[in-house]
Amino acid sequence: MSGEGLAQILAYVVALLALGYPLGIYMAWVYSERFRAPRPVAALERGFYRLVGTRADREQDWRGYAKSALLLMGVFSVLLYLLLRLQGRLPLNPDHLGAVAPHIAVNTVASFVTNTNWQYYAGETTMSYLSQMAGLAVQNFVSAAIGMAVLAAVIRGFARRSRRELGNFWVDLYRSLVYILLPLSLVVAVFLVSQGVVQTLAGHATAHTLSGATQTIARGPVASQEAIKQLGTNGGGFYNSNSAVPFENPTGLTNFVEMLAILLIPSAQVFMFGRMVGARRQAWPIFAAMFAMFAVGVALAVPLEQHGSQVLRSAGVDITQSAAQSGGNMSDKEVRFGIADTALWATATTDASNGSVNGGHDALTAAGGAVPLVNIFSGEVIFGGVGSGLYGMFFYVLIAVFIAGLMVGRTPEYLGKKIEAREIKLAAVGALFVPTLVLVLTAIAVVTHAGLASIFNLGPHGFSEALYAYSSQANNNGSAFAGYGATHFSTLLGSVALWLGRFVPLVAALAIGGSLAGKKTVPTSAGTFRTDSPTFAVLIVGVVVLTAGLMIFPALALGPLVEALS
Amino acid sequence: MTAAAALLRAILAALVLTAVLGLGYPLLVTGVAQVAFHHEAQGSLIVRSGQIVGSRLAAQPFTSPRSFHPRPSATTPPYDAAATTFANLGPTSPTLLDAVRARAQAILRLERPYNPGLTVGGIPVDAVTTSASGIDPDISLAYAELQARRVAAVRHLPLTTVERLIRRNTDGRSLGFFGEPGVNVLALNLALDKASLR
Repeated sequence: MSGEGLAQILAYVVALLALGYPLGIYMAWVYSERFRAPRPVAALERGFYRLVGTRADREQDWRGYAKSALLLMGVFSVLLYLLLRLQGRLPLNPDHLGAVAPHIAVNTVASFVTNTNWQYYAGETTMSYLSQMAGLAVQNFVSAAIGMAVLAAVIRGFARRSRRELGNFWVDLYRSLVYILLPLSLVVAVFLVSQGVVQTLAGHATAHTLSGATQTIARGPVASQEAIKQLGTNGGGFYNSNSAVPFENPTGLTNFVEMLAILLIPSAQVFMFGRMVGARRQAWPIFAAMFAMFAVGVALAVPLEQHGSQVLRSAGVDITQSAAQSGGNMSDKEVRFGIADTALWATATTDASNGSVNGGHDALTAAGGAVPLVNIFSGEVIFGGVGSGLYGMFFYVLIAVFIAGLMVGRTPEYLGKKIEAREIKLAAVGALFVPTLVLVLTAIAVVTHAGLASIFNLGPHGFSEALYAYSSQANNNGSAFAGYGATHFSTLLGSVALWLGRFVPLVAALAIGGSLAGKKTVPTSAGTFRTDSPTFAVLIVGVVVLTAGLMIFPALALGPLVEALS
Repeated sequence: MTAAAALLRAILAALVLTAVLGLGYPLLVTGVAQVAFHHEAQGSLIVRSGQIVGSRLAAQPFTSPRSFHPRPSATTPPYDAAATTFANLGPTSPTLLDAVRARAQAILRLERPYNPGLTVGGIPVDAVTTSASGIDPDISLAYAELQARRVAAVRHLPLTTVERLIRRNTDGRSLGFFGEPGVNVLALNLALDKASLR
């Protein structure tokens, strides 16, 4: 790795901490009962609560909370489906795009409502501006806010004693949207435009090129969508090539800011957790565990991509790094990002459940491509999606506490709460359901004729494409080995992955929160296993590697490992 | 609240959120962008004699030996800025190997007359690989230097002039730090046309 590459990665980490920590403090305040918005803003907030028939102080138990969340997702699913199917007859469609095909629309609805943004379509040739703005970008906001709200509720479960309620879904939703996501998105969007990201309602531009050809340039309201796409860990590109397209991501600086936006809220939420449970030290082992897994991913991906692929080495072209070129595996990568920034992005986007890309993942080296795959398969808990990352991590944390309890022969405790059979059962469901779903769906996709039709590259790489597709959709990531094709079969199988992969962990996490909220706290004693120590960070990593890692290893052996050795 | 009432309230909430987040927010950003950064917001278009000749942010096809050539593109047709795509060929793909070899041979045929002794091992990797967007506006400095001798010879310009123009149309790292340097092919070719007229 070059000195410049390393310096950029370090700068990234420093900036993430410097912004994430204060943001975490701010968010803990926003979700607290002490929070008061300034007067005119507060009036708008009360108006929204009146509209949905609630009041800020009317709280819900976990079932009520989950019902409200699922109801809103259901309503938005229907609205989005109608919008995509009817876009041809609606305004803000300057390039006259027709209705989105039904099977693509079904998958896209599932994908955007679940904060995944898997895309079986090419944005610029499929979606009208109205669909992008009022359909997809709205889901980018709302699906993120639902994840954030659920996390706040689950954390209250840890913090409260002998209560049934976890909070009010509509309050948490509104505050996530209006006091966190919207202001951040405005700042990031305007900055991106200043650097060259497109933001216009005019249709495509037609250029008469210097060599006498005609070039059509797709445009649209890109920057506004790009900002929330990154901040909300959504990842769905306005253009087919996502953040690799210069109109979405024109410079090294926009690339840096967009990468920061990917991990900003998920990392801030760890510090928010420490504040909300009134034990700031408890945040650090979780942060350390996430960061360690992130760092290992970066440390593997960058040199593997720099080393180049089998094809490029046997072709014999110059892949050495120098002042005049970044060298390495430049297949499906952009010159202005080179190897370090593309590999760093690939790691960050799959640690978070973002899934946007600034280079093609299908063309990553065999071993380099295994890094994003393993990141996704871990259940999107290495920072993870906004909200969903940390509530997903709680499953592993509780299992780690349980294992520690078995080792010392005591009833496990976490934050003063006894962790009992019900919580461990729910945590096991939360941690194991999605990996199992991935393996079952991948198996279906590679043994059926209908499933095999989607595979683009032959041999073990084709298997990796299928494994990546169902890992990405079930874990709500959304990045792709993009050669994997859209058929009726793959879009429907993908929809199953998307819905179940979102609902099961979300409901399990809320149930854990509800169960913990009802408990009393027990005082710590000399025998209590400390969960604010480096040892606990190591234990968390161990549990993630053992549960998710061992489940994916046999599948890795069939895909990337075989390919790397061939 | 009855189930029907709850449903009605959720529909109302969804409509209000759609109006605020799906229309209010993007239109506000569009307004600010159009006023404060009109050129960028419209796509960084380059206009010559009243006609749009391209965007600084999108590669366009150049095949003449008088011009610098951009990186290969996986779009159909190549450099389609309205249908961006990756090539999606894996690291062991035989199709990719054939394509890379064919591109390397084409570059040897084109550049060797001006770069005696050039071998496949002297061809920079970005010259034979598709970009991620299909419209990567940049090439590496190495690929620009390789093409400089040909362009200088065909245009009867001193090599030093061409090299000076390369440096002038190189986008360094942002703020001297972020990303990688690249040579903007369209800007460079426009500058060359201007220099050739003189």
